[in-house]
Amino acid sequence: MAIELETILRPVDHPVPPFPPKYMQVASGEMMVVRQIDREEVPELLPHVEPLLHVERDYYDIVSARVYAELLAYYRHRVQDEYVLVAQIDGELAAIVNGRFLNADVGVSYHTLALRRGLRVGAHAFAAKMEYHIDIVKQKEVLIVAESPIGFRRWMIEYQLEKRFEVAHELGGVPSWALTKEIFDKARETLVVGRRPVPEALLKKAQAAILPPSSPPKPPQDLLAATRAMNDPTGTSLMLQRWKQEGKV
Amino acid sequence: MREVYVVGIGITSFSRLEYPLSEIAAYPAMQAMKECGLSKIDHLFVANMGASRINQQTALASAVVDTLSLTPAGAEAIENGPASGASAIKTGFMAVASGVHDVVMVTGAERMRAVNNLEATDFVATLSHPLAEYIYGVTLPSLAGMFTRLYMEKYGVTSRHLAMVAVKNHDNAMLNPFAHLHQKITVEAILDSPEAETNNPFVADPLRFFDCCPVSDGGACVILASKEVAQDVAKRNKKPIVRLTGIGQATDTHAVQERENPTDLLAVRGAAQQAFKMAGVKPSDVNVAELHDAFTILEIVESEEVGFFKKGEGHLALEKGLTSLTGQIPINTSGGLKGKGHPVGATGIGQAHEIVTQLRGEARKRQVKNAKIGFTCNFGGFGNNVVCLVFARED
Ligand SMILES: CC(C)(COP(=O)(O)OP(=O)(O)OC[C@H]1O[C@@H](n2cnc3c(N)ncnc32)[C@H](O)[C@@H]1OP(=O)(O)O)[C@@H](O)C(=O)NCCC(=O)NCCS
Repeated sequence: MAIELETILRPVDHPVPPFPPKYMQVASGEMMVVRQIDREEVPELLPHVEPLLHVERDYYDIVSARVYAELLAYYRHRVQDEYVLVAQIDGELAAIVNGRFLNADVGVSYHTLALRRGLRVGAHAFAAKMEYHIDIVKQKEVLIVAESPIGFRRWMIEYQLEKRFEVAHELGGVPSWALTKEIFDKARETLVVGRRPVPEALLKKAQAAILPPSSPPKPPQDLLAATRAMNDPTGTSLMLQRWKQEGKV
Repeated sequence: MREVYVVGIGITSFSRLEYPLSEIAAYPAMQAMKECGLSKIDHLFVANMGASRINQQTALASAVVDTLSLTPAGAEAIENGPASGASAIKTGFMAVASGVHDVVMVTGAERMRAVNNLEATDFVATLSHPLAEYIYGVTLPSLAGMFTRLYMEKYGVTSRHLAMVAVKNHDNAMLNPFAHLHQKITVEAILDSPEAETNNPFVADPLRFFDCCPVSDGGACVILASKEVAQDVAKRNKKPIVRLTGIGQATDTHAVQERENPTDLLAVRGAAQQAFKMAGVKPSDVNVAELHDAFTILEIVESEEVGFFKKGEGHLALEKGLTSLTGQIPINTSGGLKGKGHPVGATGIGQAHEIVTQLRGEARKRQVKNAKIGFTCNFGGFGNNVVCLVFARED
């Protein structure tokens, strides 16, 4: 009986071609590999996503909570036709992007989570998932929403996405935007990068283990507490304490 | 005129600070007060550029003095565009030098991340000429882009030189825990690699992403005092005494197009000359400098205009490494605006904070050996209102 129920609850994925891994140089001079992971690697990601739930800035908390749930749903077969791509620098997790194939023609972009700031790793990873939908799976368009202003700037403005406000996006009642093949073709030259094939050593390093991010986004500093504690001699040292913990001083 | 000393300093990290603006100004002020052990302040000057426009807050000084429980001390805000910080220090200097006050707090804060980048860019653009520039959509990156193009054609500066400034200042920022950007970059990756155009897209040709400073929140404070107070503080906290020895300020035409030679930054030249004259030192005496590199080109040009290098030779000095941390005249050891960040109204005070830190020998991994004389250049408008300061350690 239990097994029968599981066959009903567990969706069957449609066959799609895999995302061929690629690599690119980021501004730090390091090489970043973007590759698809399968279910077995999901448990390696979760411990790196969980701390971001507590980062109340740039919508990291909301986005990572959703990504966490989507990763679990993927791992435990509670979502159909989802895929997950990761970006790694020297094995270290730099970004996670995921999405789903709604039908043969339309894709749904779920989320983009950058675990290292300031290198456009999020933008590179997002471009890779659009490439997956449009070039590899040959879909006609991808439905996209943004939680954060920076996401809005990166996707809606930089790609000049089309409005699809009449279509409800799976993530909720927020207005949808769409990336069509035509839009992607226009963006290709400036926004979409990557070289293939990935040199063997680079790919092997990435596949060997998903290492923890070295400088993940952190919760905002507790400036308020320090300021209020004017006459408390420990008040002004809060920030210093934090830096000491982080090895910055 | 009395001598004026810096007796206390404080700073927040420059980044995104999701706190009320008055608290961002108050936090470094508390640090500074704690450092010098002074709890009685005669007067406050609060530097800020955008509170009324982007934070819907006016009369910031009244908020800050109350947040700090320093009432009934006098307090007023100083707004002079991106040069507000150094302008406030200059005003504080005059208050102490004249004998009107003995202890003056100069604190600055900006909370630009309260709005999105597009609004922040528009807010900064309001410093341009309303009829000759702003209404045509001029922004600071666009003015700097045109300026850079001219400079390249005239003096042979290349994109590589600009990238070298960015790499140097990102490297310095890595050593500064207060800096906004802690990210190493390489010239190859932002200029030469097949991915360079995407990693480092054009913002205002020829300026690219890594030629521009980030948009930051942040606060910084210096406490200025008379000699008697400074000596008393030094006895207690055993820190080297730093004197503010020179101030200079000059202006230029509001609209850049009206300048006879737009590649000359006459206000920078004039402000620096005044500051050096007052301090009784030459540019070659300076051991460490913070220049206003809102765009990488500005570090190069200011290094010439203030007299460190001949006109048109700043990029050659950079090439030789003369401006690096171990060079002849290390520039922007804090990371500069490029790496440390640019909370506009607080920037000039942030520059002073770095110089005092260096002169006291407290800059840890980025310490310039035996730094005795320091210099700051705080550039307002597109070079139309500039304040320069000279500091000296007294042994
Ligand atoms: C949206 C997102 C994926 C974009 O990632 P990205 O393309 O790698 O871009 P980043 O977020 O690193 O870009 C911003 C960083 O660039 C850097 N930067 C900004 N201006 C800069 C400049 N002039 N020079 C150098 N670096 C600069 C800063 O470090 C900035 O970080 P800060 O906002 O903490 O100051 C990422 O911000 C993210 O994961 N956000 C949280 C989740 C989210 O919003 N996802 C998308 C939902 S729609």
